[in-house]
Amino acid sequence: MSATPMLEIKGLKATVTTDAKNEILKGLDLSVRAGEVHAIMGPNGSGKSTLAAVLAGHPAYTVTGGTVSYRGKDLLEMSPEDRAREGVFLAFQYPVAIRGITNSYFLRSALNAIRKHRGQEELDPLDFLQVLETKLKQIGWDDSFLNRAVNDGFSGGEKKRNEILQMAILEPTLAILDETDSGLDIDALKTVAEAVNALRRPDRATVVVTHYQRLLNYIVPDRVHVLAGGRIVKSGGKELALELEAKGYDWIKPEAVAV
Amino acid sequence: MTSIEAQVLQPYKYGFVTDIESEDVPLGLNEDIVRLISQKKGEPAFLLEWRLKAYRHWLTLTEPTWANIHHPPIDYQAIRYYSAPKQQIKLDSLDQVDPKLLETFDKLGIPLAEQKRLSGVAVDAVFDSVSVATTFRAELAKYGIIFCAFSEAVREHPALVEKWLGTVVPASDNYFSALNSAVFSDGSFCYIPKGVRSPLELSTYFRINASSTGQFERTLIIADEGSYVSYLEGCSAPVRDENQLHAAVVELIALDDATIKYSTIQNWYPGDENGKGGIYNFVTKRGACRGRNSKISWTQVETGSAITWKYPGCILQGDNSIGEFYSVAVTNNRQQADTGTKMIHMGKNTRSTIISKGISAGHGQNTYRGLVKILKGAEDARNYSQCDSMLIGDQCGAHTFPYIDVRNSSAIMEHEASTSKIGEDQIFYCKQRGLSAEDAVSLIVNGFCKEVFKELPMEFAVEAQNLLGISLEGSVG
Repeated sequence: MSATPMLEIKGLKATVTTDAKNEILKGLDLSVRAGEVHAIMGPNGSGKSTLAAVLAGHPAYTVTGGTVSYRGKDLLEMSPEDRAREGVFLAFQYPVAIRGITNSYFLRSALNAIRKHRGQEELDPLDFLQVLETKLKQIGWDDSFLNRAVNDGFSGGEKKRNEILQMAILEPTLAILDETDSGLDIDALKTVAEAVNALRRPDRATVVVTHYQRLLNYIVPDRVHVLAGGRIVKSGGKELALELEAKGYDWIKPEAVAV
Repeated sequence: MTSIEAQVLQPYKYGFVTDIESEDVPLGLNEDIVRLISQKKGEPAFLLEWRLKAYRHWLTLTEPTWANIHHPPIDYQAIRYYSAPKQQIKLDSLDQVDPKLLETFDKLGIPLAEQKRLSGVAVDAVFDSVSVATTFRAELAKYGIIFCAFSEAVREHPALVEKWLGTVVPASDNYFSALNSAVFSDGSFCYIPKGVRSPLELSTYFRINASSTGQFERTLIIADEGSYVSYLEGCSAPVRDENQLHAAVVELIALDDATIKYSTIQNWYPGDENGKGGIYNFVTKRGACRGRNSKISWTQVETGSAITWKYPGCILQGDNSIGEFYSVAVTNNRQQADTGTKMIHMGKNTRSTIISKGISAGHGQNTYRGLVKILKGAEDARNYSQCDSMLIGDQCGAHTFPYIDVRNSSAIMEHEASTSKIGEDQIFYCKQRGLSAEDAVSLIVNGFCKEVFKELPMEFAVEAQNLLGISLEGSVG
């Protein structure tokens, strides 16, 4: 593990773009080092998904204060596509469908955009097929997703699995999973978690945004943070997630007010 | 959404003017002009009579107003009805074609010179009112295929022309078909003999060059029993502040077991972002499936013109005949399109498929208008229609007017329609995977049009995608 964090968020503030008075992140601090898995937990409306969206550069939110440094660069200065090309991946809570474009074509376009950015040669369809097959084997999935249109007519669970497949192919440095567990039954949850674990590496980091502790039985976090009222109000080891599961969020809230 | 719109708002690439001396008739329309055009072409008496009858009928008609389009009145006396580059029209070889014309078509990506020709495609090049060259004619003649300029067909094959002209689109069909029948100047003629499968794609490229001039061409394709032909047309025009009229008529005839596949890439000058200039495109296209088991398939990609008014249809007369219509229509800036199809089921067990994709951006207004008519004798007819509209931005419009008229209770009709908007969420999703906004729009529009693009011959699918500003790699099929 390197000394400087991969991701360093300091005093991050963000509002809804169409409603400048609606501040959702109110001075959030978070440090994530390479090789670590961090879980962000918290009650509904605390700003978890907003944090994920802001890190990816979603135009629905406007950053009004604070800094985010990612691998020594100013993340907030980068366009959403450049963040992606620099290795930031967001597994969406509600993935979007694109009719008429197959998953494999979409993935190859995305991978080639990233490779081009890195100065690597773009992959032709045959080379790409090899990359795909290797990855599918690694995460233990079949290729039934590849020739279907991107998320078109997918069930909720299939969409989530598709996000993880994309993550596997694009090999992000920083993966942010936004409630990837919501809408998954226990078997699907295990499959997704195993795939995430299979992709863990010392030079990569993962931020798991979740509502429930359940997912953390399978993706074991190094650090757990509680987000409430737009700030991280408590941080701890993996046992904090269990404590939250047992006690709920209410016992933390008074501290949140105090912060 | 500005980056999305910028992507669609690509500058028109074919707006140049060729500086060439032309031979024109005076502005305006009267019987003398009709006679003059006929005389210039050395036409037989039957054709002059046909033209005059059409002209006299046209005088009794008024311009239709039912379409969802708006434009200042067209002054038919301010239009020049014939303009031809000054040169010998009857050419034995391309060496005699004015180099300026060859250069023009080169610039348009339609090389005519032998060594540069597109392989597998025979081209008839029409410049203003005349056909300037037709490639691969000798090769096609070996198969008995006639592919030539319409005026040449009138001279060389008058019996065929007289037999079929106006049998699918009568001169009296509508205002613009009557006008065309009176003043049509050139176009393409194809005859595919019995049992022949055309070894080449046949293609006509229409170029408007002269100002104040309308283009009124006619295309007639006859596919005899058991034959097959795939025909393509493309078109473009210079950038001008004036509105120029293009009123064409296309007639297709498919006899027993014959198939005609007709593809159009329409890229007339669409006018500027304020709606100044652009072609008014009022076109009547219709195919008759006269024979049993015949098939006519229309595929159109309409990206140009200030106004498009066009309903390529099929008359399904023969039992078991099939009609298809695949369409992508794009309206951007101030463009207006009112386009769709007519499927008239007459024979037993006839089938039709309609897939229409309308894309509106800027202040564009896009209307699908379609008629499916099942006549009394059409036992077990089937139709499937799908009309999808996509909106880019919030100043444009999409409209759908499907007309269904069923007179036989054994018919099975299906109609699906959808309207979608390219959303910020879709664009963001693509960007989050590393794609630029431009690539994201391309991908989304391309996916939306896929069912139509896959019907186009390969070379033209590529061109169609380019026209929509789409990176084409690997996405067709």
